[in-house]
Amino acid sequence: MTSVFDDVRALIGVPQYEETAEFPVERSYVWTMCASVENGNPLFWDDPVAQEITDGPIAPPTMLSVWFRPHHWAPGRTEPHLPLKVHFDLKERLGLPEAVMTDNTMVFHEPVRPGDLLTTRQILRSVSDEKTTKLGTGRFWVIDVEYTNQQGRTVGVESYTGFGYRRHTGTGGGAGGDAS
Amino acid sequence: MSPLAPVLVFGDVAEGDLLPSLHHDVTATTVVLGALATRDWRPMHHDKDFALERNGTRDIFLNTPNQAAWFERFITDWTGPHGRLGRVVFRMRDSVFPGDTMVLDGVVSELNLDDTGCGWVGLDITLSVDGDVKSTCNARVALPVDDDDNPWHRRGDRWKP
Repeated sequence: MTSVFDDVRALIGVPQYEETAEFPVERSYVWTMCASVENGNPLFWDDPVAQEITDGPIAPPTMLSVWFRPHHWAPGRTEPHLPLKVHFDLKERLGLPEAVMTDNTMVFHEPVRPGDLLTTRQILRSVSDEKTTKLGTGRFWVIDVEYTNQQGRTVGVESYTGFGYRRHTGTGGGAGGDAS
Repeated sequence: MSPLAPVLVFGDVAEGDLLPSLHHDVTATTVVLGALATRDWRPMHHDKDFALERNGTRDIFLNTPNQAAWFERFITDWTGPHGRLGRVVFRMRDSVFPGDTMVLDGVVSELNLDDTGCGWVGLDITLSVDGDVKSTCNARVALPVDDDDNPWHRRGDRWKP
């Protein structure tokens, strides 16, 4: 008989939740992002410069995950879109009600360009043995999110380290739980 | 070759060099605009009552993907448009709220020419408020090795981020 933990470990290295974005990479959203952080990089604002340096306009590399966060409403959509489903699956399957993201790595490959239609998939890379931290007792896991463009070329990979846990009695939560 | 000369080339940089600090007064608009720009509709990034009652924080706070965009801007303000990000690692320690003046500081921690001749600069960056570090970022960014090099033209095996 296999345990829940064995079932979870069997998912390591298996691509899950492949999906193609609902709409192409939007240039106006690039400008919204640049405006939000006052990013004046001419690659995003000056077409002749973008043509010369990057063979045409590109999106800021750190916008990678934005292209899979949907608009707030879309006709006919009934289910809320939940990013990083593998993370929430692990919390549920391992019975760990709380979770924090401890760090996030982004690696950038082929530039993302306006009009690109990206595809993503999630791959569980590791699950630790049970550990106890100041937050509680649980497990660390690493999930990769791979992004490819319509030519099948990798544009980037994000790695998230999560810690799913049960609180010690009488303690509060952590500060970094932005994606729990 | 490119008539647009790079702002910064690999040979201009030394380990220990400091990047120019970036100061920004965070307002509720900064937080809300940043959340919307990253399509992060969760209420703790735009609804103060929700942030107070549900998150137990003193106000709405900057979301993670927008902080990534602040780090990117900080890096490319220094490199100019020829600088190409290869890799970033973030660690969030604490939240940034309206009323905070956030300060981004960075130092060159590593220089490395890979086997394809790409010039890589390692950066250790902090985002602080009143001297308290709120998040950190380790970045690896490629700079042109000379006026004729352009990291953006590297593809396939010649790009090892």
